[in-house]
Amino acid sequence: MAIREILKLPDPRLKQVSAPVERFDEALRAFIADLEETRQAGPAAVGIAAPQVGHFQRIVILDCSTTRKPVPNHGHLVLVNPEITEWDGYEIGREGCLSVPDYTGNVIRATRIHLKARDARGEPLEFDMEGFEARAAQHEIDHLDGLLFVDRVVSRRTDLFRRKVYQKGGRKKAEEA
Amino acid sequence: MTEWLMTLVGEDRPGIVARVTRALADAGVSLGEASMLRLGGSFTIMMRVSAPDGEAALRQALAPVLADLGLRMHLDRVVADAEGHPPPNVRVRVSGADRTGIVADVTGALLEAGFNILELESAVAGEAGNPLYIMTIEGHSDQPVENLRRAIDGLAVDASVSAIETLIG
Repeated sequence: MAIREILKLPDPRLKQVSAPVERFDEALRAFIADLEETRQAGPAAVGIAAPQVGHFQRIVILDCSTTRKPVPNHGHLVLVNPEITEWDGYEIGREGCLSVPDYTGNVIRATRIHLKARDARGEPLEFDMEGFEARAAQHEIDHLDGLLFVDRVVSRRTDLFRRKVYQKGGRKKAEEA
Repeated sequence: MTEWLMTLVGEDRPGIVARVTRALADAGVSLGEASMLRLGGSFTIMMRVSAPDGEAALRQALAPVLADLGLRMHLDRVVADAEGHPPPNVRVRVSGADRTGIVADVTGALLEAGFNILELESAVAGEAGNPLYIMTIEGHSDQPVENLRRAIDGLAVDASVSAIETLIG
């Protein structure tokens, strides 16, 4: 196991789109162990995505079980090839990122999502997520498409009630937004 | 290099930001955090600038464009900020019939309850003769949200206090 270096903006590699995982082998599980060790080594992050350590495969880790104020969550999750298949509602929340130190901003995310993924052995997973955990999943999956939260920060004054984000249509819409 | 907080105010017109920042860039001045905003018919700029050649050179570099655009400038030395950018952990939203003293009442009560303002935005909306005051405050407090809520409970405004849990991912 090893702690990997976190890429930070303006590193252009963070804008790269990651490729799906095809082989669920020991190398994948070794990488996931590194990714988890890296997440835990930094400031209290509830998630991390593979491209944040320069590994451009569709892998994220989420853990919303240790927030200061408890939120609905599914515990520690390794999500390989995650896909959000349904979105519902939207709300504003404050986000920061391991790849953007010393900056936080308000971002609109879907309130509830349905998510499909594989685990580290290739077994299918499905979750209904809401609130903070749904936000974390959307933040991490954005990384897999080369998007950072700074691409989505809104100004309350002008944007909040006029802009719709995350309608059905998945990745394609995310790129347009 | 010395850092300044530069405040610029003048009648709004197209080109203020582009021309001011061009003059600063040509003088080798680099910009930091900024808030630029139209308030009424005025345009306001507050920003951190690092001036390599000192205050006199900074003023001289900007003088022509300020005169041309009718902008007034104020400069303060930036005090070293050891805290960086503490993220807010509490948001307060207020709306109600506009009346004198809403901000003083709400912020005074919050101050006493142990709340420090990091950012405040407000607007007067509604129709003429029936104005509505809307305000959003983000700040930091070590007190439980319930205490802050109780502090502004008795005021004659519609206010909500919510915790901000910043997601780091």
